[in-house]
Amino acid sequence: MANMEPMDKRNTERLIESLSQDLAPVRPLAPPARRALLWLAAAGLLIGIALLRFADLGAFAARHAAPRLALESAAMLLTAITAIVAAFHLSLPDRSSLWRYAPLPPLLLWIATSSLGCLQYGLGLGPAGDRVGESGHCFAFILMVSLPLTALLYAVLRRAHPLELLPVALTAALGAGALAAFALQFFHRFDVTAIDLALHLAAVLVVAAIAGASRRVLA
Amino acid sequence: MHTAEGYNIIATMSAESRLQQQEASWAGLMRAAQAGDARSYDELLRAVTPFIRNLARRYCRNGELAEDVVQDVLLTVHRVRHTWDPRRPFCPWLAAIAARRGIDRIRRASRIARHEVSDELAVETFAAPGANNESGALRAVEAIEPLLASLPQRQRLALEAVKIRGLSVAQAASESGQTETALKVNVHRAVKALRRLVAADRDGEA
Repeated sequence: MANMEPMDKRNTERLIESLSQDLAPVRPLAPPARRALLWLAAAGLLIGIALLRFADLGAFAARHAAPRLALESAAMLLTAITAIVAAFHLSLPDRSSLWRYAPLPPLLLWIATSSLGCLQYGLGLGPAGDRVGESGHCFAFILMVSLPLTALLYAVLRRAHPLELLPVALTAALGAGALAAFALQFFHRFDVTAIDLALHLAAVLVVAAIAGASRRVLA
Repeated sequence: MHTAEGYNIIATMSAESRLQQQEASWAGLMRAAQAGDARSYDELLRAVTPFIRNLARRYCRNGELAEDVVQDVLLTVHRVRHTWDPRRPFCPWLAAIAARRGIDRIRRASRIARHEVSDELAVETFAAPGANNESGALRAVEAIEPLLASLPQRQRLALEAVKIRGLSVAQAASESGQTETALKVNVHRAVKALRRLVAADRDGEA
């Protein structure tokens, strides 16, 4: 086996020659935080225009006078921002892999505040009539908003050709899912019930599963 | 004692300045390569190959396979050369790519090894719970390598010398140009950091 080595080294030399021949200049990627914020600004603009067109902003403001709901929405938005910033960092080879844990604190706050809402409201006190049907709409809404957002994120993230795909795919999906859930807050007329919360989380999980399964797109 | 310590300090300083020079020179070449200078790129790839080869041998004892990793790393460097930010150090970027490709190679090798065992062994390895000792060891190597790469360099080198390569504290200290006390502190900190990272990793997977 040892006598194979010189030949292998010659192959390496040849590889170096072929790589440096016709070398194309490249423009280094901008810092990940800046790229993430640019993406968020663009997505925010799109979502903002849609909300101005379709959402009842007055009702949203009135409902968010309640501190728990305001905290819940803030946690969703914060989850989205940290997850997307993390995805941009994780797509680069030399950034800390600990970025994958950055979205966890706001995610836990989101789950905690939502659960609190369920306890306050969801224990049989809600107008039971159309609740489950509405949760179904929520599930579809999160999927329909976050899948295109994930695709838009992928389009930008894949420029880095990430070496480890799964953490990038999952943080991107979490970011898109949280952004969609935040947008959904503008259309919710009631506090979440346990079924709502479960379906919101299930929708985010479905998005994560689809993103994870299609992670090769990023390579 | 004083002279030995003085010598160690000088050795550490000169090793550090050599690393700084290397870093500056490679970063300069890479900056030129990003701008499209083929000659600088050729020089850079030749200069970093022994460094990559050293890293690759940590993942593959087999020289032939290690050279495969070297080539894989060079191809990856070429593909992602726009992801190096010229305002950041070059060596950690390169080392991260080499670590990633080294781990990929171990994964592939262990997959192949699993497929190549005979039926009798396969039953022993897969059907009986807790009998996965061999693949367990491979998984342990896989699990620890990226964590090692994320440690500060002094801690990583100290830990590898003492806990993995089995050198004595005195040998490791003289090799790395650290005092014995500094080395022990670095090993201790590395073990503590690893424990934290392993716990964090486990939480992440759960």
